[in-house]
Amino acid sequence: MLLAPPNPTSVLFEPSPVSGFAATFRLEIAQALRARWFWAYAAVFFALVGLLLVFGLTESRVLGFTGLSRTLVAYIQLAMAILPIFVLVTTVRSLAGDREAGVYEYVLGLPVGLGAWYAGRFFARYVLAAAPVVGALASALAYGAVRAVAIPWAELGFDIGILLAMILAFVGLGFFIASVARSVDLAQTAAFLLWLVLILGLDLVLLGVLIRDRMPVEGVVAIALLNPLQVFRIGSMILFDPQLVLLGSTAYAVFDVFGRAGFLIWSLAYPLALGAGSAYAGFRAFRRGDLL
Amino acid sequence: MILIKELSKQFGATRVLDHLSLEAPSGQRIALVGSNGAGKTSLFRSLLGEYSYHGSISIDGLDPRRDRARLLRMIGFVPQIAPRLETPTGAFIRYVAEVSGASVEEIEGVAKSLGLDVAAVRNRAFVRLSGGMKQKLLIALALGRPTGLLILDEPTANLDPAARAVFYDLLAARGRHTAMIISSHRIDEIAPLVDRVVELDRGRIVLDDTVTDAGALGSSFLVEVETNRVEASFARAAGEWGLTQFEGHRWRGAIAGPDRLRFLGFVARHAGLLSGVELREADRESVNADTLSA
Repeated sequence: MLLAPPNPTSVLFEPSPVSGFAATFRLEIAQALRARWFWAYAAVFFALVGLLLVFGLTESRVLGFTGLSRTLVAYIQLAMAILPIFVLVTTVRSLAGDREAGVYEYVLGLPVGLGAWYAGRFFARYVLAAAPVVGALASALAYGAVRAVAIPWAELGFDIGILLAMILAFVGLGFFIASVARSVDLAQTAAFLLWLVLILGLDLVLLGVLIRDRMPVEGVVAIALLNPLQVFRIGSMILFDPQLVLLGSTAYAVFDVFGRAGFLIWSLAYPLALGAGSAYAGFRAFRRGDLL
Repeated sequence: MILIKELSKQFGATRVLDHLSLEAPSGQRIALVGSNGAGKTSLFRSLLGEYSYHGSISIDGLDPRRDRARLLRMIGFVPQIAPRLETPTGAFIRYVAEVSGASVEEIEGVAKSLGLDVAAVRNRAFVRLSGGMKQKLLIALALGRPTGLLILDEPTANLDPAARAVFYDLLAARGRHTAMIISSHRIDEIAPLVDRVVELDRGRIVLDDTVTDAGALGSSFLVEVETNRVEASFARAAGEWGLTQFEGHRWRGAIAGPDRLRFLGFVARHAGLLSGVELREADRESVNADTLSA
């Protein structure tokens, strides 16, 4: 028996931007939880924590760090190596891939506002990128609590903060790249090149060369402080190593410009601003032209 | 009411829509035909606000780019190629219902009438469904919503005869409340569904004609076919058309009016087997009675 057609004027409820945002957020999460990339990504971070604990880093003394502080420092340094490229590539692959797979054509033909749709996807991606990283850290804490190891709460809280800020920066940069580059290949190449540039900017040798070639110190410091990886690196060390002796001359220049407290704020605020700004610029670019 | 004025769209040096103008009153059903690259999909994407363009489009006074979400609330869209969505089917249906203010039950009811049991595939990724299942679900998502305009891009390409018949009935049930634009490469596939045919070629309208057709939406035909021997392939195909075998080599059943050209094509492919064919228009009651008695 056939159904009577729905009355064109009688929607059950009036969809709002908030409901469009929430629905898109949930859809993105549901989709990612079925994807292999997400579980591989989560497994990497849990395996990292597991390995650090198994190899007894909580009990070793390396460069003055012991206990969970040592585990935390090692985890943060490894996260910095893995997280940016992983977040960038999975984000741009997913977004640009959806465009090529006809997902945009269909979904953007539904009555969801562009802003609500974009924001829903952005925050879902952010949660998906952040949850395994924080979850793995939480498991290290649980281990520490069971083993009655001292937990460095202040350092831990700050490091989670800068980790979350760095993830936001790279999710935002990924959204920007995927909005501007229209194919998966182009988007992936751009993401990889960006990561390479940031890694090069991280290299103290490169910064040393710039200084040797008489680039003004202020310029070198500016390059360092605009590089989210460098900001993260310094920020992650600053609580454990207040004099930043491990980082060398760039770090001293940082103290001259910001002071310690100023840099702590900068290392949280700058990646957040960079991520939000990149995502917004991506949205402007996406909305302006063809959506497909 | 759809009002398109001087619509142009260009990709690099290629102009896919070329100063196209079209006016369609509310409730009109338009067949959009043309070969590959004629501009059908570009026109659809412009109507859906997915492409920027030169010229103007107004649907009930709304602009697809400026009033996107408000306008899309009135439009049901079935794409030619199903999106490769990894989302579980149930979550996908909930999403469409939620953003369009529709009812999940209504959508699933339409899917069921098309022969798709959503409960059985609720947890399966949409991309893992068969071509026919995807098509049925996309149609259900468009027809299970309160819309005033349907944009259907090759909607019956993957449907079996039974699902096609239901689909035609669902369109007929919408009456004149809903305007439709249906595209196809072949006019004979969709002519019975519409009352106007617009042909595109290289982004321009090259034919704009009205259609008066006895085999319109909602009509049915009683068919009887006699073969000179039993052939397994014919028996299988006849079964797919819903025909029932009786008195040895004879087959009987009912087909949807808009499907009769397609049915004649099927019969023609088995011409060597045939000793008789009868096709006559019937009202719904006689079709049901006849099908039951068969």
